[in-house]
Amino acid sequence: MKARAFDALDRLGIGRAFSSSLGLVSGGFLVILIAVALTAPWITPFDYAAQQLGNSNAPPGWPHLLGTDEFGRDVLSRVIFGARTSLSVSATAIGISVTVGMTLGAAAGYIGGMFERAVMTVVDLTWSFPDILLALIFVAIIGPGLTSTMFAIAIAYLAQFTRLTRAQIVRLKRETFIEATVNLGAKPGHILIRHLLPNAIAPVIVAAMLAVGDGIILEATLGFFGLGAQPPTPSWGAMMSSGTAQLFLAPWVIIFPGLVVAMTVIAVNLFGDELIRALDIRDRLRGT
Amino acid sequence: MSAFSFGGSADTRVQNGSGMLLRYTFRRLLMLIPVSISISVVIFMIVHLLPGDPIDNLIRVGSSPEARERLATKYGLDRPLITQYFVWMGNMFRGDFGQAIVLRRPVSDLIMQNLPFSLTLGGLAFAFSSVVGMTLGTISAVVRNPILERFVRGFILLGSTVPGFWLALLLILLFSVTLGWLPVSGAKTWSALVLPVLTIGFGGIALVARVTRVALIDVRHEDFVTLLHAKGLSRSAILFRHLLPHALVPVVTILALRIGWILGGAVTAEFVFGRPGLGSLLIRALGQRDFPVIQGSMLMLALAVMLGTLIGDILQAAMDPRIREASK
Amino acid sequence: MSLILRVDDLGVAIGAVKPLSGVSFSLDKGETLGIVGESGSGKSLTAMTIMGLLPLIGGRVTTGSIMFDGSELADLPETAYRKLRGGRIGLITQNPMTSLDPLRKIGPQVDVVARLHLGLDKRAARARTVELLGDLRIPEPASIYYLYPHQLSGGMKQRIVIAMALAADPDLLIADEPTTALDVTVQAQIIRLLLDLVTARNLSLVLITHDMSVVAQTCDKVVVMYAGRAIERGAVSAIFDRPRHPYTQALIGCIPRGLTVTEPLKSIEGTVPSVAHYPSGCPFHPRCPRAEDICATEPPSFVQDRDSAAACHFAMAAAQ
Repeated sequence: MKARAFDALDRLGIGRAFSSSLGLVSGGFLVILIAVALTAPWITPFDYAAQQLGNSNAPPGWPHLLGTDEFGRDVLSRVIFGARTSLSVSATAIGISVTVGMTLGAAAGYIGGMFERAVMTVVDLTWSFPDILLALIFVAIIGPGLTSTMFAIAIAYLAQFTRLTRAQIVRLKRETFIEATVNLGAKPGHILIRHLLPNAIAPVIVAAMLAVGDGIILEATLGFFGLGAQPPTPSWGAMMSSGTAQLFLAPWVIIFPGLVVAMTVIAVNLFGDELIRALDIRDRLRGT
Repeated sequence: MSAFSFGGSADTRVQNGSGMLLRYTFRRLLMLIPVSISISVVIFMIVHLLPGDPIDNLIRVGSSPEARERLATKYGLDRPLITQYFVWMGNMFRGDFGQAIVLRRPVSDLIMQNLPFSLTLGGLAFAFSSVVGMTLGTISAVVRNPILERFVRGFILLGSTVPGFWLALLLILLFSVTLGWLPVSGAKTWSALVLPVLTIGFGGIALVARVTRVALIDVRHEDFVTLLHAKGLSRSAILFRHLLPHALVPVVTILALRIGWILGGAVTAEFVFGRPGLGSLLIRALGQRDFPVIQGSMLMLALAVMLGTLIGDILQAAMDPRIREASK
Repeated sequence: MSLILRVDDLGVAIGAVKPLSGVSFSLDKGETLGIVGESGSGKSLTAMTIMGLLPLIGGRVTTGSIMFDGSELADLPETAYRKLRGGRIGLITQNPMTSLDPLRKIGPQVDVVARLHLGLDKRAARARTVELLGDLRIPEPASIYYLYPHQLSGGMKQRIVIAMALAADPDLLIADEPTTALDVTVQAQIIRLLLDLVTARNLSLVLITHDMSVVAQTCDKVVVMYAGRAIERGAVSAIFDRPRHPYTQALIGCIPRGLTVTEPLKSIEGTVPSVAHYPSGCPFHPRCPRAEDICATEPPSFVQDRDSAAACHFAMAAAQ
């Protein structure tokens, strides 16, 4: 069982992506970030919500390594909990997006005809629209908060996974081994799930990873507009939003969360690049 | 496409170039109709998807029953949804975007007041990122210097990953707070435009530079470039008259596709720098749940995205004869 | 007759590899020279070198000389070379589908040559181009002038490429497999056209091809290339009557003769060596039917016999 898991990892190019120095640094950063997000309640030096009004806007030092904000809350602890919010919101949203997108794309590619045209028209419509505007429409309907943020991210990247999956399915449908399976009398649903989807999955996974990075930016931006995570939920974007008032007094409240967002997204992109190289799927990703 | 056969008549194939472009533009305009209808339906539906009576979202709390009555009649809120949509669209076409709830003014006034600021900022940022992006991309493709190449690649990575609002805050910290060179916010002077343009442009530059670079490197290996050299043309003539026009086609494509992305940047920049504009109008309205303003400003932004895409498509067709004809 | 082009012991390096060495041949005014060989033998590279286009692919001339009409090209600076290119030496490339800038009308693409090298103004250049297109048997040249490349067939495009090469009345034309990418019927037309132009305009022509039968029909002289070297050269009649290099013999053996198949066509065993692994000694020895020990160690030098010279240790024996 364990061996099979490693085997699957290897087929996804994870091992090879780690083998370059750039891949090791970026991948290592992501692994640590995820570990920190998961263990946040046990490793934060302070309670992220505890206010110390006597110690507000303290510069970085000891014991507040990254300083404190206007309410005297520990910036480091809030950044760590922010990772939890940010990663889980973005990953959940992209998870939804991938599931729906792959289903739509596979169905469109497999069924073809009018159905395909209809799906792709709707999907292309969302694609031609800037993600921030899509997100704002959701905020308008559902109201500010993490739910609309999640929906917004899911819809904004839906098109990508639909198109990617559809392109893969259409390409694979032409290939001979599928024809051979059809000739052997396999049922369409069986062919789709057993043969077509597993082959289409590698580019989708890489695209999903890159999309999680973009989702983090979108989450932070909405949070910054005050339309995403609402207090007291710690979020990178919301932290920076409240920090703008203190820009002159306590720039660290803005600098550190932003730095973590930037580093995370850069790491996601670098590691994604390594994965693309390891899996040799640049052409397939480009073809959508 | 039929090939030109030997000894065949040529004049049947000769087409008036501008006529072809006009026809192409017309076809593109037609294709915009379904898109604009879908978008306007989505924006129209926002009010109706909210829980409760739509009229509550369109009027101030505590308005007189007469005022409510007047608004209900105006929008035909008792009639079927589809009729309401047409009434709404009809009002929009007449320039009647409704009454802002919080600001208590016609939405059209608010839009007209904010639009020039957005257009100035968007246009400048667009020009800035195109010019600087193409220059950087060209330099990195033409000059074969590994250090410069690394620099440009690093810049491209940063430009596509660093959140725009954070960059804006850092710029304020550096240029306004620490150095005191530029105003923090506002729109009174031209210098107030510098930081917003830089903020939006940063990502755009990276994108344009990358596309220019890839296109130049691709086209440089084409046979016709060898032949251009064989004709005795100088390197700079080849670069400016033949290679760059080829790179311009994908750059225009990507800029047209990402026009909304620049708009998104403008929304962010307006918000951070406290500039008036459609973006800050929309964000403020979203926070205050002022739905007539939300609908109006979203419609304008959507219109801008569609127009940008259209202009991009037409420019592309103007530059590449193959695109004009492929759509016949 | 006077010499127009003389290539002597030409060697080329691209980085660490040496794809060309010891290439020599000469051409008189009004003559047609064929350069033959399989793909990868260095034919096109020879053309690029004469055109001074090596820097484009990161190459440089390491040995030998290229004399063109009395002046040395091997160390000519780029600015001076630019005047020769298109002005005195015209190039026709292999694939007309990709040889023209797809974003520009074809007429101006031809015009620029005359404007650049003959100093004509826009209008004069245009008139000249239209006339030239007519000379090249292009129907209705005045309307063709305003078409884009993708609106023309392959044969037509190749005529445009020829027009570009001729636009400034060059002395020398280098045609690098001008018909390979075209339909068979069009191939014959283009070759015919080229030969007529050579006679009508008193051009010298270097025709690069992999087709021995084309050489037999069109050329005065021939150079056979193999693995980046010239291995046999001389008058076409001499080479075809008495091929002395085993490779040339094999190439001639590959030409189909007549329509009745009396004996199976011969083919050459093995493959052309890649640039990175040129054999020592005589480069052909691994595939040569009559190779002996000396062929693997000693590079053969040219042996002259009347109208031809061959670089083979057994060239004299073969001539008997």
